[in-house]
Amino acid sequence: MFRRYMPNDTVEIKEKMMKDVGIEDIEDLFSDIDERIRLKKKLNLPKPLSELEVKREVEKILEKNRSFKDFVCFLGAGVWPHYVPSVVDEIALRSEFLTSYTPYQPEISQGMLQALFEYQSMICELLNMDVANCSMYDWASSLGEAARMAARVTKRDIFLVPHYISPSRLMVLRSYAEPAGIRVLRIKQSIENGQIDLEDLKSKVSKDTAGVYIENPSYMGFLIENPDEIAEIAHDSEALFIVGVDPTSLGILEPPGNYGADIVIGEGQPLGNYMNGGGSLLGIFACRDDDALIRQMPGRIIGMTTTVDGKDRAFCMVLQTREQHIRRHRATSNICTNEALCALRAAVYMALLGPRGFRELGEIILSKTIYAIKKLSKISGLKVPFFKAPHFKEFTVNFDGASATVKEVNEGLMERGIIGGKPLKDEFKELGETALYCVTEMHTKQDIDNLYSQIAQILGE
Amino acid sequence: MGEFRQAKWPEPIIFEVGGKGRRGYSLPRLEEEELCEDIQSYIPEKLRRRKDPDLPELSEVEVVKHFIRLSQMNFGVDNGFYPLGSCTMKYNPKINETLASSDKVRWLHPYQPEETIQGMLEIAYKLSEWLAEITGMDKFSLQPAAGAHGEFAGALIIRAYHKLNGELERRTEIIVPDSAHGTNPASAAMAGFTVITVPTDEDGCINIDALKSVVSSKTAGLMLTNPNTLGIFEKRVCEIAEIIHEAGGLLYYDGANMNAIFGKTRPGDMGFDIVHLNLHKTFSTPHGGGGPGAGPIGVKKHLRDFLPVPLVEYDGEKYYLDYNVPYTIGKISSFHFKFDVIIKAFAYILSMGAEGLERVAELSVLNANYLASKLVKIKGFEIPYGRNTFRKHEFVLSCSKLKSETGVSAKNVAKRILDYGFHAPTMYFPPVVEEALMIEPTETASIEEIDKFAEVIASISKEAYEDPERILRAPYNTSVGLVDEVKASHPRYMCLSWRMYKKKFKMGEKY
Repeated sequence: MFRRYMPNDTVEIKEKMMKDVGIEDIEDLFSDIDERIRLKKKLNLPKPLSELEVKREVEKILEKNRSFKDFVCFLGAGVWPHYVPSVVDEIALRSEFLTSYTPYQPEISQGMLQALFEYQSMICELLNMDVANCSMYDWASSLGEAARMAARVTKRDIFLVPHYISPSRLMVLRSYAEPAGIRVLRIKQSIENGQIDLEDLKSKVSKDTAGVYIENPSYMGFLIENPDEIAEIAHDSEALFIVGVDPTSLGILEPPGNYGADIVIGEGQPLGNYMNGGGSLLGIFACRDDDALIRQMPGRIIGMTTTVDGKDRAFCMVLQTREQHIRRHRATSNICTNEALCALRAAVYMALLGPRGFRELGEIILSKTIYAIKKLSKISGLKVPFFKAPHFKEFTVNFDGASATVKEVNEGLMERGIIGGKPLKDEFKELGETALYCVTEMHTKQDIDNLYSQIAQILGE
Repeated sequence: MGEFRQAKWPEPIIFEVGGKGRRGYSLPRLEEEELCEDIQSYIPEKLRRRKDPDLPELSEVEVVKHFIRLSQMNFGVDNGFYPLGSCTMKYNPKINETLASSDKVRWLHPYQPEETIQGMLEIAYKLSEWLAEITGMDKFSLQPAAGAHGEFAGALIIRAYHKLNGELERRTEIIVPDSAHGTNPASAAMAGFTVITVPTDEDGCINIDALKSVVSSKTAGLMLTNPNTLGIFEKRVCEIAEIIHEAGGLLYYDGANMNAIFGKTRPGDMGFDIVHLNLHKTFSTPHGGGGPGAGPIGVKKHLRDFLPVPLVEYDGEKYYLDYNVPYTIGKISSFHFKFDVIIKAFAYILSMGAEGLERVAELSVLNANYLASKLVKIKGFEIPYGRNTFRKHEFVLSCSKLKSETGVSAKNVAKRILDYGFHAPTMYFPPVVEEALMIEPTETASIEEIDKFAEVIASISKEAYEDPERILRAPYNTSVGLVDEVKASHPRYMCLSWRMYKKKFKMGEKY
């Protein structure tokens, strides 16, 4: 069965090899393992299967999933449905990329190295930053690393984050921050329009503040309209200003590099990566061209150089003295395996879109957001969005004035082939019966119209 | 037979390709009613992007050619022998990719109602149960995104455990052998611990006296890889476990080298409390040029309640996500787990079964010892430590004799290996071996490849003694020659992005 993956699994070859090694029984190779800890039974696992059986078995289980292809789904909240051009799949499935390791030997790995350098370079253009690493695990781990980096750079230990942040992202941040002695404090946001309370921010910023973090668009989809003022407050107290972004917004929204960000992070999944049930994602991590920042960056960075003989342009990993395999316990981070292939996907995606593609994508998403808000607002009893501010891609729908709860509405929608927005009541009590909805270029006008009529029907409107 | 030649395209950087007005992407038009008259006016003025990003403009055709050419200048497991020690570069079965490409994987959202993702949860649950069986642990969490991420989770569990017992203030030290992977000390430090290093004995195992001398009431735990990075099984592992446990510490098992012991012994039976596995090594999910991987973490019963959330459980009728874990260290990833990676590991175990996995251990160890027995006879090379013990899945070759006699270093040998169409072994690791080349053939290498590799090393040795100059300038047959890595990190030349390059060296000016 499993011999298909092991060319030496024949009696003749094994006998020859054992003879050369000087053993008679394969077990001789394991004779140094203490008898007390030798496994005396067979592992309790299913019997080996042929490829056809594996396929049948896994597909049978997968049939129990219902995907975006079976439902119209309005979930977002950190991972979003976006179209993935066929070219991206084609390139990412190339064996030379897919089955290679981290490019430790640059001479034989120029392809991946150049592609990752291009990823870094294109991300920098989108964000208007100078340096990007070639990936973190996801947005949340980028945030954790950004807090730790801010603390190292400033030698301070307080990190400020907005009140309206994804609770799971915040949980990850705390996992990263707590052992480094970093205290995470929340900045108040207006319950009217979601904007950062500048007075509260000023009162919390001090000589102990390592970094001030905001997201634009925010977790709830609304835009923070005065990021430059927040940057100024952070910089006045010599704290770093860190901004989290959704890169699909950056064809139309000002890049954080233009309003004072020192570090920019975000989720790169929308750039040519599938949602995979929240699976492999792509943590964006970038900073300004400042030696003090670059030397404290976590993760792999690819740089341009030449061959020793000066004949060819070439690429290799740089500043490895920051990393764990050289610096061990003094490394800037322990990250080793990252999300290189997801970054490759993002590189292909960004190359396909170009400046005009990003503008168009941004405008389409924004138009659909506006349309969906307008449409759903027509249902009496709904407050759409909850926050009075411009929104991008995601928006809140409040059902406090309606005849059904978020849970009841979502159950009704499900019966009608729709997955409604993410309930927020458990996350932010003050929002009451509110759900977070997401629309992208994947949602047609009919999808949105149908959402409208189904909700109206459920609410008896 | 001719020589290996890697493709070499004089491929420009993507910013140098394409031309104004070209595009490689089309989007469906908005319908009449969706159109906004002045879409810009909806964005607050301060937030309107004033200048388009300076991205390249290419047609789809050009994008494809560019990246296909780049792929031809890369080298993966499917191209040839890849004996990169401690990385377990085994063959990645194609069926696993096919399954992971299903719409029922790709187009799932993590926050869908559980009844719509029962298949995903079933795979996650069964995989975690199997991993527990394979390692002799009780419960796995699939949160960690990579091996080092699993180590970080493990170190956080050690922290949380001592904190709950009111001992964290005192227990500040994690012990790590000097042969450990760099991620071990880095992960321990990230979780706030002080790292104490213990030396390796002549037999290649931890020096027990040295271990005893550093173990104290400050000991929070020990991180160990077994077989270790020399490829040697720590034969006194039971004694080590006793010493640490007696001192009140926890034992952490770095599963990077699990491939060698499938079905033969289990970390849980050796006394380890916490284990991480690398699905992208041991369980055949591809490495993707650096990731994505996955680093599930498993623990014994007494630590179950510290695991990162969510856990995946089964109540006899349905699978569900369990966030109700009393002392959980919290979350370390945005969502639940990497479904696209774990489904490949799941399919792999289905293909192999218990019997197949045990065969993996046997063949990976046989292949390594077979190759070692050939290489040790070649002039200039030796395999230090534990001279009379069999290696497990990997071994470490020292080129220090070769270097002192010919001037040819481990790096030079590695570069010359590339010329023959093989990937090089891991260089200069572990740090306890001078001029180290760490070699792991894995169970998927054929005897022909292994023999050929041994011949190559023999001819490199011959060349080193006869014409060392030629090796010092290697490689010759790769896309580019020896890369100047020093220059790459030199402040004067350092270019980490296209815009940095343009800023430093005006276009046209020589780099």
